[in-house]
Amino acid sequence: MAGITATQLVKEYPGGVRGVDEVDVEIRDGEFFALLGPSGCGKTTLLRSIAGLEAITSGSLVIGDRDVTNAEPGVRGVAMVFQDYALFPHMDVGDNIAYPLRIKRVKRDERRGTAAKVADGLSLQGLIERRPGQLSGGQQQRVALARAVATRPDVLLLDEPLSNLDARLRLEARTFLKELQRDLGVTTVFVTHDQAEALALADRIAVMRAGKLQQIGTPREVFQRPNNTFVAGFIGSNPMNLLPAQVRESRLAVGDATVSLPPGTEQLVREGQDVVWGIRPEYVRWVTAEEAGAIPAEVSVVENLGASVLIVVNAGDRKLQVAVPEDQEPAPGDRGWIVPQLSKTLLFDAETTERIG
Amino acid sequence: MTATPAKTGPVTSVARNRTVRQYVARVLFAVLMTLVGVLFALPMVWLVLAPFDATPTLSLEWPDWTLDNFARLAENPYALRSIGNSLILGVGTMVIVVGLGALAAYAMSRIRIPGRDGILYALLLLSSIVTGTAAMVPTFQIITQLGLINNYVGVLLVLAGGILPTVIFILKDFMDSIPKSYEESARLYGAGPFRILRDVVAPIARPGLAFISIWTIVQVWGNFLVPFILLRSPDLQPAAVLMYTFYTESGQADLRLISTFALLFSAPVLIIYFVVNRRYGFRFHGGIKS
Ligand SMILES: Nc1ncnc2c1ncn2[C@@H]1O[C@H](COP(=O)(O)OP(=O)(O)OP(=O)(O)O)[C@@H](O)[C@H]1O
Ligand SMILES: [Mg+2]
Repeated sequence: MAGITATQLVKEYPGGVRGVDEVDVEIRDGEFFALLGPSGCGKTTLLRSIAGLEAITSGSLVIGDRDVTNAEPGVRGVAMVFQDYALFPHMDVGDNIAYPLRIKRVKRDERRGTAAKVADGLSLQGLIERRPGQLSGGQQQRVALARAVATRPDVLLLDEPLSNLDARLRLEARTFLKELQRDLGVTTVFVTHDQAEALALADRIAVMRAGKLQQIGTPREVFQRPNNTFVAGFIGSNPMNLLPAQVRESRLAVGDATVSLPPGTEQLVREGQDVVWGIRPEYVRWVTAEEAGAIPAEVSVVENLGASVLIVVNAGDRKLQVAVPEDQEPAPGDRGWIVPQLSKTLLFDAETTERIG
Repeated sequence: MTATPAKTGPVTSVARNRTVRQYVARVLFAVLMTLVGVLFALPMVWLVLAPFDATPTLSLEWPDWTLDNFARLAENPYALRSIGNSLILGVGTMVIVVGLGALAAYAMSRIRIPGRDGILYALLLLSSIVTGTAAMVPTFQIITQLGLINNYVGVLLVLAGGILPTVIFILKDFMDSIPKSYEESARLYGAGPFRILRDVVAPIARPGLAFISIWTIVQVWGNFLVPFILLRSPDLQPAAVLMYTFYTESGQADLRLISTFALLFSAPVLIIYFVVNRRYGFRFHGGIKS
């Protein structure tokens, strides 16, 4: 088992694109760590740099207590599950799982024995003799996992392990993955662009954008206290409402309405400062009678989410999303009031986009 | 038609006319194609029948059945040995070409060299010269200087040199289609490049390798010029060259020997084809492209 420490890690592709840009990250021993970000932000590049499949341009990488910045992939003690699983089509499941052992010159009987045991642990009984082409997507994924853990690696790297599965299977595989990781206690880094998956699985999440780290924290931290507007907008199944606002007389002018400053930010802002006011749709109430702190608004779009309804309202010239319980569903054109939950509002600097307070 | 029964009569007669015409056209077409087919089949039939004829001629006729021709061929000290020689040259070239070709194609497929495709095309163009007539004098001189005249090493070098570029070209295409993640996965478990080539790339490119093997043997089998020029002793000559020596004392082509030898000459290639096809199969594994 081993932790991973990257210091000022840079991976520059020929042509000058920086896939990973000065990333500092410390992944603890036994941690389930997620790399999260939109497409092209450098998640795969960072993962492959840790694996040693990409040569690091500058900076250093330590796995366990060894500096592996320039080490060959084979000696780093890492195993990886690729997005396409990379199962060898000409070998059966047993040989696929046992392939790492074959390279380590373990005898064939012993190899097949270990492979069978690992396969049992991942509920692949009875599939040992099949070729990868004869397996379902979920089974292929488990074979790939089995092959990766068969050698008891120090570090397990997963590149979008669930993205090839359909929605229902994905939920199943998610639970499965979490249990497997807990049982093995192996340091695991997994890449995903699905924030819900990262929140559900990870002990800690690193949010990336254009090769740079935006925030590292527990799912709760990145959800409740995003470092900047990018993270705020990326995390959460409904993106956070981010509205330009201005500080006026210790209050916030958001369009025509004024709201109180988020608690704890009063001393951190100046009169007239341009800011961004953030509130999640789940923390705004839709009411049909005026009350203290309510802002008048009109419903423009209603989207059904099953147990709740996401409505888009116009408050003056600003648009907001509000999550409403299903039994209070308004109709487009309805007029009413929205009430933000003050303790859940956030303030960001309009220029740097960093969170204030 | 069903809506206007009054018109039924003329319409059906027109239709009948049309079907008759179609029928005639199809019969004519079939007859024509059969004639063309027979035309192509005639030499094959000659190849099979003539060796069993006591007096074969260049025309196709029902043989005067005999096995004498085979007995006479067996008496020729060089005949059977030459087929063995052809096998040695064919298999030898195949081993060199497949071994080096696979390594080169893998490297060409995976390593970025500026102007790689240009190099490949240039090699392909030049290769047809090496085993062709145009370069025979310089080739002969080089092999003489190397002291490899009348030596299989010389023949193997020239044949392999001529065939390799095409092989690299074809195999590179096969290897390009193998996803990199297979190799990267193997690399992570500590496999080196040769290990990866052996365990992962070669098995997946197997249909390509099988094809190349057979194709190489066929090329060498039919090659007359290179061994004719580079070999002196009659007991080293491969079958393609030996065929040239079957003349009667009066200088006439000895059709009895030639036809019999031709049949023996074509048999091994067919056998090799079926064996390799059965054993290594020209089939593709699913899941190569995902
Ligand atoms: N081999 C390469 N050569 C040059 N640029 C590359 C190469 N691979 C990736 N890039 C660039 O590096 C950046 C990061 O790519 P990367 O594959 O790491 O993104 P990602 O976060 O994994 O995206 P996705 O979610 O789409 O997989 C992208 O801008 C991409 O275009
Ligand atoms: Mg990726």
